[in-house]
Amino acid sequence: MTQPGVAQAWAVLDTVLDPEVPALSLRDLGIVRDVVAHGDALEVVLTPTYSGCPATEVITQNVRDALAAAGFGEVTVTQRRAPAWTTDWISDAGREKLRAYGIAPPSGGAAVTTSTVRFRPRDVACPRCGSAETERLSAFGSTACKALYRCLACREPFEYFKPI
Amino acid sequence: MELRLTPQLQYLLRIADTCLIHAQRLAEWCGHGPVLEEDIALTNMALDLLGQARALLTHAAALEGQGLDEDQMAFLRDERQFFNLTLAEQPMRRSSAHSPGGDFADTVLRNFLLACWLRLLWQRLAGSSDGELAAIAGKAVKEARYHEQHAGDWVIRLGDGTEESAARMRAALARAWPYTAEMFASDAVDDSAVASGLGPARQALQADWQRDVGAVLQEAGLAAPASTPFVSTGTRGLHSEHLGFMLAEMQMLQRSFPGGRW
Repeated sequence: MTQPGVAQAWAVLDTVLDPEVPALSLRDLGIVRDVVAHGDALEVVLTPTYSGCPATEVITQNVRDALAAAGFGEVTVTQRRAPAWTTDWISDAGREKLRAYGIAPPSGGAAVTTSTVRFRPRDVACPRCGSAETERLSAFGSTACKALYRCLACREPFEYFKPI
Repeated sequence: MELRLTPQLQYLLRIADTCLIHAQRLAEWCGHGPVLEEDIALTNMALDLLGQARALLTHAAALEGQGLDEDQMAFLRDERQFFNLTLAEQPMRRSSAHSPGGDFADTVLRNFLLACWLRLLWQRLAGSSDGELAAIAGKAVKEARYHEQHAGDWVIRLGDGTEESAARMRAALARAWPYTAEMFASDAVDDSAVASGLGPARQALQADWQRDVGAVLQEAGLAAPASTPFVSTGTRGLHSEHLGFMLAEMQMLQRSFPGGRW
């Protein structure tokens, strides 16, 4: 039996969902940085989202399990910290999936400057009705990557994927 | 535990331990926040800080060279082998006779002062000659920025709030301020880090920190207290009376059941 190739590995990784945001695959999320074949062995390079993200270990195990189930032999999963993950790496398809799932995708690009002037993004559109009339309820949410918002038009609360 | 301490290791442990001890204090709020949103915020910030501490302790353990791991570094070192800023170990939820703590104002103020300091430090460490430290910093700076903004919002909200909230913020500021001198008290460890390109001397953060903290205090209607000659010494391993009690609780399980896993 021949070893499945790198392209197939990418296809498999597109079916492995983020355990905390199961609307997104690991590819959508942009945390799979590389897949490299070393002879018969396969190396998957992941970049963690947040320093303390508790899903990191689960994701590593899920990658192993999915590739093993697809017939891959030896698989190593390595973590690459630099460059740091940014929400800019979430794919366009991923952003649409987030919206359909009820989570507002990160608006604009990740912040690159620091400022002590505190303006909050006003362009977080409600993922249900599309209204831009929304307000933040909580800076932190159910996972490290999200904040909690409320739509002032349809009155539904929703989660917002924070741009970092 | 024997620790082969070098200036390089001590420099890393100062940052790692400040993150770890600050995270442990914040985690004491879990389930006790004044409102649900803040309970979630405080523990989310603790989670980020703990993740940063884990990465740094893993890196420090590898450099130390005796095959230690992050858990041994966190749970088996004695009090004098910790090098965190003394401010981070002060009681947060529970007050005691001689210390701050117990007031939410102390918590939000400390979060702000430390987040600003850490953000400025991470920004500089992103250019460290130590590639792993630079990579950890490149991630952590994004997290610290969000913490600083959130904590700064609270400083303004309480400082510029009611008479009662403003009075409490002033009292918290008076209690915390003497511990801030240590944030900029460079010593031989800092000199060594500058020489090797590992990272900045603490003194180099002072002007930016005063500017950024000052801007928020001003908006909050608060004034920075006058500086005093007192300089705390946690970064040299000489701690206030509070760290020992905290470690007793934090380390109890691994000390009682060495190597315990679940």
